[in-house]
Amino acid sequence: MISRLFGFRGGIKPDSHKAESSAAPIRPVPLPPRLVVPLIQSSRGSARTIVTIGDKVLKGQCIGEAEGLAGTAIHAPTSGTVTKIGRYPMAHPSGLESLAIVIEPDGEERWIGTEPLEPAAASREELILRVQASGIVGMGGATFPSHLKLGKGAGIETLVINGAECEPWITCDDRLMRERAADVVAGAKILRRLSGARRILIGIEDNKPEAIAAMTAAARESGIGKDANAVDAGDDAIDIVTVPTRYPAGGEKQLIRALTGIELPAGRLAADFGVQCFNVGTAHAVYRALVHGEAMVSRIVTVTGNVERPGNYEVLLGTPVSRLLALCGARPDTNRTLMGGPMMGFTLPSVEAPITKGSNCLIAASPTLFPPAPPEQPCIRCGSCARACPVGLHPFELYWSSRARRFDDAGKYHLFDCIECGCCAYVCPAHIPLIDYFRFAKSEIRARDEERRAADQARTRFASRLARLEREKAEKAARLAARAAETRAGLAAGDAALVAAAVERTRAQAPAAANDKAAPTPEAG
Amino acid sequence: MLAALLVMTGIALALGAALGYAAFHFKVEGNPLAGQIDAILPQTQCAQCGYPGCKPYAEAVAKGEAEINLCTPGGDDGVRKLAELLGREFKPRGTPVEKLKTVALIDEQTCIGCTLCIQACPVDAIVGSAKQMHTVVSRICTGCELCLPPCPVDCIALVEEPRTPQNWRWKYPATGLKVVA
Repeated sequence: MISRLFGFRGGIKPDSHKAESSAAPIRPVPLPPRLVVPLIQSSRGSARTIVTIGDKVLKGQCIGEAEGLAGTAIHAPTSGTVTKIGRYPMAHPSGLESLAIVIEPDGEERWIGTEPLEPAAASREELILRVQASGIVGMGGATFPSHLKLGKGAGIETLVINGAECEPWITCDDRLMRERAADVVAGAKILRRLSGARRILIGIEDNKPEAIAAMTAAARESGIGKDANAVDAGDDAIDIVTVPTRYPAGGEKQLIRALTGIELPAGRLAADFGVQCFNVGTAHAVYRALVHGEAMVSRIVTVTGNVERPGNYEVLLGTPVSRLLALCGARPDTNRTLMGGPMMGFTLPSVEAPITKGSNCLIAASPTLFPPAPPEQPCIRCGSCARACPVGLHPFELYWSSRARRFDDAGKYHLFDCIECGCCAYVCPAHIPLIDYFRFAKSEIRARDEERRAADQARTRFASRLARLEREKAEKAARLAARAAETRAGLAAGDAALVAAAVERTRAQAPAAANDKAAPTPEAG
Repeated sequence: MLAALLVMTGIALALGAALGYAAFHFKVEGNPLAGQIDAILPQTQCAQCGYPGCKPYAEAVAKGEAEINLCTPGGDDGVRKLAELLGREFKPRGTPVEKLKTVALIDEQTCIGCTLCIQACPVDAIVGSAKQMHTVVSRICTGCELCLPPCPVDCIALVEEPRTPQNWRWKYPATGLKVVA
């Protein structure tokens, strides 16, 4: 098969700003005085702490157990002592606090020494359990637990490895592919085995020629690689596919569309169409976890923007953002810090928030780099947003209904298919913060649905309670009626024994009743 | 003349039969309007309207026996929806509605296990048995406060549900003011 590229609709071409941070190799970060590891690190469920204050932990030791099937484990990022378990600000636009484990490093960086698994020898179930136990989640930012994505291991034809990294400023995947291409390819091959896929497509945007070269070499070295235009050699194909630079080519649906031509319908998963997609960072983490027995304790973070030393850093999870900014020399006119890219990221409410598994980029923003948005003007219905939307929505319709709080209408225009890529707001000539309106409408609709669910539950519970009370009353009445009928029937039959028994019972009860009256106790009631 | 009479009588009989059939076979059980009203009510079952639950209040409103602005948890928003549904005039409720959802919490140290709150709960959200400690299943609790008065030791308090990333909401985007002069 000859690879051919398919287009996806819409998209924009913003200034890439990648050169600032992509030149220098990945650097380590000195151990901070304390690490704050939040228990919520994945989009599906949190972990349950299994350490107590004062415990000595080793690097890679499990400190939070996976809760339920969808949970993923949390590990100590370094060796040291657990000094606190408490609520700390989390890396979330709300600025809410979440439970976190504070570890004071001892500086020795001693690994716990988990036994590595041989991917070729171990069973599939064993490997997937290890993926879950190593706390591996999607590294592209969505932090979806990877073991859930690996599913049944059947029905997947194509494994897409996402190295597009389309968002401006971010270069962590670029550097990862340049420096650790062989590990990424090895991880991709493990993922192929686990998902049951036949071929691997690695999509990389054409503004990363070094990464493409490194990955192509690594794929060839692994013995079976082909470059983009080569004829497929059957089961073992790894294709490195260059995709044109256009935001958001790295969106899951957009990349799958560009590489395979499959357009995913609303509300369906890629797996339903025989495709599964993982980020290059996830492939790398899977390789480290299985082949080296290293749980996910660090990630590569791009620190860029208004800093003296922009670049990519290997950061232990739980390192405070403020420490990274200090390390890179944030300039004094920095007025806010973005986590994630400028398109889909958010302003951190507190720089004390820790780096988590989904934090791919930190941008120090200054009024010169990111000037405040001009005032919002009325929508003139020019339709630019609809042309830019990669999902094919009508952002202006969504905007009117969200703004007027007509949430049913927003739903009719498929608000929940919006991937919040920000293309519409980028092209809007009236400078309307469209994504803010969409996020607002989405959270309102979710809250309303939750209220509706609670109301329905209360309604059925109230109805069944009334029914139960009614039934109990009827049962009691029936019981009394039956006993009365029995007595009457006995009397009618002249059952002398029955009468005698009743008289006997009354006699037996009389002294007891007298006692009760004489000394009433609270318990007697 | 006779033909016209026969035709008219025939039509009348046919229509009458059709209506009779429909009235018998397509009969709607209960009052459908009460169901629509019940769907708007918040199902707190708090009885603050003076009726023993949301459904009885909905039935009373459907019959025209009750005002539409008696529901406290529903607030002005709920009254507006009822007014729209029933074509009646909007009557302000006048109570603040923008508050966090609250749920009952039993202080388990103080609870004496009297079961009075269990009997008061309209949605069976309290579990426990006589002389055993009781507790509230907070996921089911509607925050109706009906369990507060019967408690002889005042061990039940209403607490706000904690804010989590799951139930946190984005704010309505602030619109910049335009400088005109």
